[in-house]
Amino acid sequence: MSNYDAIIVGAGHNGLVCATLLAKAGKRVLVLEANASEGGLGASREFHEGFQVPMAHGAASFSSTVLKDLNLAGEGLSFSDALPTVGLSEDGNHVSVVGDSVTGALEADAAAYPAYRAKLKRYAKVLKSIWESTLPRLGAGGLAESLVYAKGALNVRMLGRDDMGEFVRVLTLPMRDLIDEVFEDPKLQGLLSWDGVIGNKMAPRSPNNAVLPLLLRMNGLHDGDHCVPNGGMNALNEALLSAAKKAGVTIRFDAPVAKFIIEGDENGQRATGVELASGEALEASTIVSSADPKTTFMKLVGTRHLDIQFTNRINRLRADGMVAKYHAALSELPKINGLDDLGGRLLIAPTFDAIEFAYDDAKYGEASEHPVMEITFPSLQDPSLAPDGKHVMSVNVMYAPYKEKSGWSDAARSAFLGRVVETLEKYIPGISSLVIAQELLTPADLEAEYHAYGGHWHHGELSLEQALMMRPTYYAAQYNTPIPGVYLCGAGAHPGGGMTGLPGRNAAREILK
Amino acid sequence: MTLNTTSSEDRFAGERLKRTPFYPRLKELNLREAWDEWNGYKFADHFYDTDYEYFCIRNQCGTYDITPMQKHLIEGPDAEAMLNRMVTRDMTKLRVNRVTYLCWCDDGGRMIDDGTIFRLGEEKFMLTCGSPSNAWLAKSAVGFDNVTITDITDDTAAIAFQGPVTCEVLKKMGLEGIENLKRFGIMTFPFEGETMIVSRTGFTGDLGYELWVPAELGLKMWDKLYAAGEDYGIQPVGEGAVNMARLEAGLIMPYLDFSEALKTVHYKHDQSPLMLNIGFTVDFKKPHFNGREALLAEKEKGLDYILTKLDIEGNKVAEEAILYAEEECKTEIGYVTSAMWSPAVKANIALAMVKPEYLEKEIWAEIYFYKELRPYRKMAICTVRDKPFYMPPHASQTPPAIF
Ligand SMILES: Cc1cc2nc3c(=O)[nH]c(=O)nc-3n(C[C@H](O)[C@H](O)[C@H](O)COP(=O)(O)OP(=O)(O)OC[C@H]3O[C@@H](n4cnc5c(N)ncnc54)[C@H](O)[C@@H]3O)c2cc1C
Repeated sequence: MSNYDAIIVGAGHNGLVCATLLAKAGKRVLVLEANASEGGLGASREFHEGFQVPMAHGAASFSSTVLKDLNLAGEGLSFSDALPTVGLSEDGNHVSVVGDSVTGALEADAAAYPAYRAKLKRYAKVLKSIWESTLPRLGAGGLAESLVYAKGALNVRMLGRDDMGEFVRVLTLPMRDLIDEVFEDPKLQGLLSWDGVIGNKMAPRSPNNAVLPLLLRMNGLHDGDHCVPNGGMNALNEALLSAAKKAGVTIRFDAPVAKFIIEGDENGQRATGVELASGEALEASTIVSSADPKTTFMKLVGTRHLDIQFTNRINRLRADGMVAKYHAALSELPKINGLDDLGGRLLIAPTFDAIEFAYDDAKYGEASEHPVMEITFPSLQDPSLAPDGKHVMSVNVMYAPYKEKSGWSDAARSAFLGRVVETLEKYIPGISSLVIAQELLTPADLEAEYHAYGGHWHHGELSLEQALMMRPTYYAAQYNTPIPGVYLCGAGAHPGGGMTGLPGRNAAREILK
Repeated sequence: MTLNTTSSEDRFAGERLKRTPFYPRLKELNLREAWDEWNGYKFADHFYDTDYEYFCIRNQCGTYDITPMQKHLIEGPDAEAMLNRMVTRDMTKLRVNRVTYLCWCDDGGRMIDDGTIFRLGEEKFMLTCGSPSNAWLAKSAVGFDNVTITDITDDTAAIAFQGPVTCEVLKKMGLEGIENLKRFGIMTFPFEGETMIVSRTGFTGDLGYELWVPAELGLKMWDKLYAAGEDYGIQPVGEGAVNMARLEAGLIMPYLDFSEALKTVHYKHDQSPLMLNIGFTVDFKKPHFNGREALLAEKEKGLDYILTKLDIEGNKVAEEAILYAEEECKTEIGYVTSAMWSPAVKANIALAMVKPEYLEKEIWAEIYFYKELRPYRKMAICTVRDKPFYMPPHASQTPPAIF
């Protein structure tokens, strides 16, 4: 007999959330993590001796429902207030946004902002029940299924007729169209585009799906405003780990899973356990994967156990990452002309076109000539990340295509690093002289180190055809999969990526049904 | 200005039908110029007369050019696993030098195509089927690293040699031991420095063999076979005659009895193997194959229709007939997919899709027929047949009878 009811693959935040909820419901749960510590794409990373950075450096998306369900406050977890997002300007006239307040932009734009934000907040609220539910399988007509849509539809109706129309209209707009019908200030336009496109293969002009990811982020702690846990991002990982352990979850690190054990007879197939890369086999009748869907199905399940058209849909999932991560160890905090507080998040995305043109290069397999960026100084919230007086800088860099056309040759890599540093220097003069050590992680590196196909933020594009009851694709969009006993609980499942905790929570609820 | 036309070039080169390796002989023998097309090949509907060619198959022997049939080599350590997941039959049970009839379905359990598979070695299979399947095979191989798929259709010359005297002719041709080859067995013979594969297979329900050689040896094989068959009335037969023979044998035909699932527009216009009454090819004991879940669900829910063999009163062929539960045509219960007057069993036969719940009750066919351009209608009562209409003992006898 097996020692465990459920094995969770991956100790990223979603794996830990799922494991904890299952254990709280009385299941015996084992988490197997390939890496030496928890957190996945949100892990803490020592990139130079004595210097650490959080991979995901903002917790804006985290779901308050998950906080409650796991009682993470009981683990001592709390979050900062909303922190400003600053659009850096070379001339020192930066634009800054937090809450309803906009400073440094055209007055008319600042005046229009609260109403714009209020509207998006209303829409984010409408979607709350959608993010927190298992969406019905396409074509399934049961009562429970209909109720989920009915609830969503009711929320939409509650908006009133005009607002309802407006909601449906803006839902599929490109970021540029959403924004430039209200705002004229180029710096503000660039800044407000950011959260609609980051992580996806998208720029402000791209159609498909920018508003939904923005609204998913706004479902988080401060209506989309940047924030971090008090004590830094790692406080979240530690709280999740501690909650899991308290609930009785067993966690094994350095335990990469090579494949799922799938047995079959005349009654069909089912998962009975996993085999580690070491060859060790572990039994459980429920296997929950927080690895991305491509890795889960193509590698861990194996296509021979899956239907052919399903396999080909998985194989064709769009999941090529676009974001690189740059880390620097700094001898001291830089000084930025016109900006006193570096505790927020700083963007180098001065116009719509700055983002758009950076994206254009990536469309053809080139890392951006003029990259755009999101910068934080995590050591401000968590001084333990760097030796006394020293600091770390964490930068999300767009666009860095996973399939860079030279295959990320040394030359391409160092040229891109050069452009990143050059750009930073332009906006933060003197920064390069403060750098003690640095690293650039391309999506290919992220894939190798964090085991997410394509190094993708969301474990797969959060695009319309891969969203909602299509995430990651039909017949695997309700957390269960075509293989009895195998479930998905990571960012590749509904509602998607970012540090929300929702895929892990929803999956646990589905498994416990 | 002069237009740069190259009059010497064939402007329609890409549009013209390909010729099989046997064409130099076929064109001489096709007295009626009755050409058709199959997978881009010029292909005979009949050579002289369909009925005459049909009787050649039933009474002596006929050659049917199956070069246009699609042939794929599937090789490598993963070949068996890849095929086993694609097709509904259990490939692990197919021994080397054996052939089996099978089909494959989409994820929804709807039949994409049927065909035969030859196990030429532990890790080597040849799959044959009516329509090009390269795309589906490529999709089916995704995730299998050690399998190669080669379309050998154009590189292979193949003849289906069918009829009660075929074994005799092959013996004459020098194929030693051929009389011991059992149904669905494979033998190989050295031929002109290459290998001739002979399988005891066919699409006529009669004794018969299929002969496979590299394309460039096609004519040589033809001439040797015809030399050996001269005294046995060897004749070329076309599509028309084979279609008659296969219907008597109860075998299904694409575009008549079934639509290939990937090509239908309406989701109810394709069929599952259960509906096509070839459930014997669906091995639910296998833990997984493509469409298994869907087929199980269909089985549980009950079939919409099932392909049924009908013996119809009278002699008016029930082509395109609609079936009813009563003579008064009140309840529509199915439709005929293929029909003919069967010379071998002297009966008016048909394959038809029938709603299963009506199988035990009266089945009436509404038949339209013509007399000198004038249409008439009649109602004919149908009897369900379980066995193939024509299944002569000599077809399965080993060694076959000596002539
Ligand atoms: C560069 C970057 C920056 C980001 N920044 C932010 C941000 O600031 N804010 C934000 O909200 N989101 C951010 N994201 C997105 C966010 O980090 C991810 O969407 C989120 O971490 C996904 O969480 P997860 O638990 O679903 O998966 P992951 O965090 O990827 O966790 C999956 C875990 O499974 C493990 N695993 C995979 N395969 C196996 C196996 N075979 N055996 C054992 N273990 C396995 C992995 O090692 C990993 O630990 C960022 C993403 C990237 C790539």
